[in-house]
Amino acid sequence: MRASAGPDVAAGDVLLSVGGVSLSFGGVTALADVSFDIRKGEIRAIIGPNGAGKTSMLNVINGFYRPQHGRITFRGQTRATMRPYDAAHGGIARTFQNVALFRGMTALDNIMAGRTLKMHRGFLWQIIRVGPAQSEEVAHRLKVEEIIDFLEIPHIRRIPVGRLPYGLQKRVELGRALAMEPDLLLLDEPMAGMNLEEKEDMSRYIVDVNDHFGTTIALIEHDMGVVMDLSDRVVVLEYGRKIADGTPNEVKSDQKVIDAYLGVKH
Amino acid sequence: MLGPIFETLIGGLLTGVLYSLVALGFVLIFKASGVFNFAQGAMVLFAALSLARLSEVMPFLAALALTVLIMIALAYAIEFLVLRHLVNQEGIILFMATLGVAYFLDGFGQTIWGSDIYKIDLGLPKNPVFILESVFAGGLLIDPSELIAAVICAVLVAVLAVFFQFTRVGRALRAVADDHQAAQSVGIPLDHIWLMVWAVAGIVALVAGMMWGAKLGVQFSLALVALKALPVLILGGFTSIPGAIVGGLIIGAGEKLAEVLLGPVLIRWFDLAGGGIENWFAYMLALMFLLFRPQGLFGEKIIERV
Amino acid sequence: MFYREAGHYKTSYAADQAIFPLRLDRWFVIAVVAFAFLGMPVIATQYVYTEVLIPVLILSIAAIGLNLLTGYCGQVSLGTGGFMAVGAYAAYNLALRLPETNLILVFLFAGVMAMLVGILFGLPSLRIKGFYLAVATLAAQFFLEWLFARVKWFTNYAPSGSVAVGRIELFGIPIDTPQKRYLLVLAIVVVLTLAAKNLVRGRIGRMWMAMRDMDIAAEIIGIRPLHAKLSAFAVSSFYIGIAGALWGFFRLGSWEPLAFDINRSFQVLFMIIIGGLGSILGSFLGAAFIVLVPIFLNQLPHWIGIPVSTATISHIEFMVFGVMIVLFLIAEPQGLARLWAIGKEKLRIWPFPY
Repeated sequence: MRASAGPDVAAGDVLLSVGGVSLSFGGVTALADVSFDIRKGEIRAIIGPNGAGKTSMLNVINGFYRPQHGRITFRGQTRATMRPYDAAHGGIARTFQNVALFRGMTALDNIMAGRTLKMHRGFLWQIIRVGPAQSEEVAHRLKVEEIIDFLEIPHIRRIPVGRLPYGLQKRVELGRALAMEPDLLLLDEPMAGMNLEEKEDMSRYIVDVNDHFGTTIALIEHDMGVVMDLSDRVVVLEYGRKIADGTPNEVKSDQKVIDAYLGVKH
Repeated sequence: MLGPIFETLIGGLLTGVLYSLVALGFVLIFKASGVFNFAQGAMVLFAALSLARLSEVMPFLAALALTVLIMIALAYAIEFLVLRHLVNQEGIILFMATLGVAYFLDGFGQTIWGSDIYKIDLGLPKNPVFILESVFAGGLLIDPSELIAAVICAVLVAVLAVFFQFTRVGRALRAVADDHQAAQSVGIPLDHIWLMVWAVAGIVALVAGMMWGAKLGVQFSLALVALKALPVLILGGFTSIPGAIVGGLIIGAGEKLAEVLLGPVLIRWFDLAGGGIENWFAYMLALMFLLFRPQGLFGEKIIERV
Repeated sequence: MFYREAGHYKTSYAADQAIFPLRLDRWFVIAVVAFAFLGMPVIATQYVYTEVLIPVLILSIAAIGLNLLTGYCGQVSLGTGGFMAVGAYAAYNLALRLPETNLILVFLFAGVMAMLVGILFGLPSLRIKGFYLAVATLAAQFFLEWLFARVKWFTNYAPSGSVAVGRIELFGIPIDTPQKRYLLVLAIVVVLTLAAKNLVRGRIGRMWMAMRDMDIAAEIIGIRPLHAKLSAFAVSSFYIGIAGALWGFFRLGSWEPLAFDINRSFQVLFMIIIGGLGSILGSFLGAAFIVLVPIFLNQLPHWIGIPVSTATISHIEFMVFGVMIVLFLIAEPQGLARLWAIGKEKLRIWPFPY
């Protein structure tokens, strides 16, 4: 059912591993020799002070940035780089800090767009519509409605996303990512700009996605409470380097991490 | 053999100077406000038409002064009526808006001033002369009015370069071009700056209009010159004044040389009904640049960050 | 009160996704189409056919084509005139050299030729975006204009450079009256419009709109930019090519490359801006607007009783178009189609204000 890019990975095994990735723009180093792995079925948090390179890391995994050194191994296949649409076809979905929704389209269409990977009826069928194209459209609409129900947003289906409040936009973006039925879901600050209630909702969705669908999740997050509650393991970056890697409790009491957040001079 | 090629080259370069002038107006506005002013060509035409007609009823200098005022008023009107309302839109919307302005000015200009061909008499020598007779047999045929246009253009460019680099206003303009919000936050009055930029562009349009008008007679097709400025900008980069100049020269010379050298070859090979390579050469050249060196020769490379 | 949605339940997603989910909309469109086929031939005069209906219908096809590319997929093109020329000359040459070819095939051929050229000139869109792409399409426009003016084979070595179409017939029926031309064009328009509407409401339409709205995000959900952009150029050029062939055959009869110059490109672009970017209905409204305004302006002096020269009228046309473009871009970027939608909204809740 899922587009496979490699052999299926058993729960608990490594789904994706980052090996010695270094990335720089012009003279600025965004990532320096970062290595860690993500196990299937876990929720992995990536944290660190501003400018630590967290978003750059996701961009590398996702295929937006090509690292100067290092490799990504996903589902047993190792690549130095791949295009974002290959990442998508391979089962990686992602959301953005600044909500990358299609502003001219409704919430429903945005999430339907997430089904693109799975829809195959060609041009000629689309033109005629009646028949296979129509059944395909309806079948995927059913799936999308499930996601809409899950995220509790049926009332905003037909509203162009540009008009939605920020919190709902983030939910729609999550919906679009979920529509891809990904193996690995990359969330870039999914709770940014949300109030307490919205954060609780979003946390609930993330945990549910992980529990019910077994989706592996990597998320960047600033709210320490959320990180401690949600994640199985944490990776800490500072100035592009990995400074800690372990369970939330291990990381919380790591002196290097404390120093990084308090801004102690090294 | 070399003589005619040189002649074509020089003729092309001089035409190129005129393209550069039009492109200069674009660059000024684009640098300061990020707007691609498609109406530049229509502004050139409007300026030229106004000058031509006004000088029929008053002394040249008076007509010139009045036209300058008209152009400044026009610049202000465009900014106030059109651009102010489209501040946050993407480039392509702004482009289409200035397209609308161009169409309007086209019709408006001809309604007010009429649509015959009018003359601008700048007192420039009309007859081509021969130069460099000692170097090339028979000498090279040059149009002195074009030469003078080139000199005027060079002076204009020098003045603008000094203005941008060394005056306070020039610095403010460069700040605005870089980042509107940052410029505002240090107290630079955006409105005034844009008005000034458009006014300068209007005057540049006037100069271009005068030069073209004196050479060709002022008529409708002057507006199409604006389209030709686009390849110039692509070659030279949209934000570079030297780029506009170099781009204009390359396009002007390239066109003419292509017509003279490439034309006969194509006509022979494909049994064509005449030349006309000039019509598309500039655009094809621009296309090549867009594919292989999109920032042009002088522009800045843009990195897209996610 | 009349335009009601309450009490109208859609009991399946298919019904929800229909082109006209509201029954009233459906009846309205069916009525319009029925009138176009049955009612119009009764009341229309020769003038109305040749000066209003046929031009509006043909240009609507071109407008739909450009709208698919620019309005739905966000790729700006100033090459519409050139692609129309490809269609026109392709059709002309096929009809000339293989005169037995069925007329429908001739037009399909025109579309396919234009589509191939469109894909070729669409390749730069993979590296160039937005306004720069518009400039690249200018290269296509001027080159194609030149091609058909200079390469004598296209014009069958005509000394004047212009071509003329001879007898046109379909399945043995000669298409020689304005009424027959109108009906044939109308039939083609209905088919092409239905096809376009189906395309844009399915996965391909969403793919295009995703490219338009945020191409980076589109890649992340698995859309291949190459496929999306080139398919938009392909379908768009197909439509525009057919429009060009129809224009040459049914509107002009004989033409020179000038009929498809840069002004034509601007004209179609204006149609979709005024009519509404990203709207099939808007393509029709824009085409109607652009065709009717000059006619209206030409008649106005008669009605008022003031003599105005034709040159002045064409200048005023330019001014009106310019002002309209700017007005629509500022006040209602989604064009007449949005105004229409707003009108329907008001009608839904009439007589209540909100």
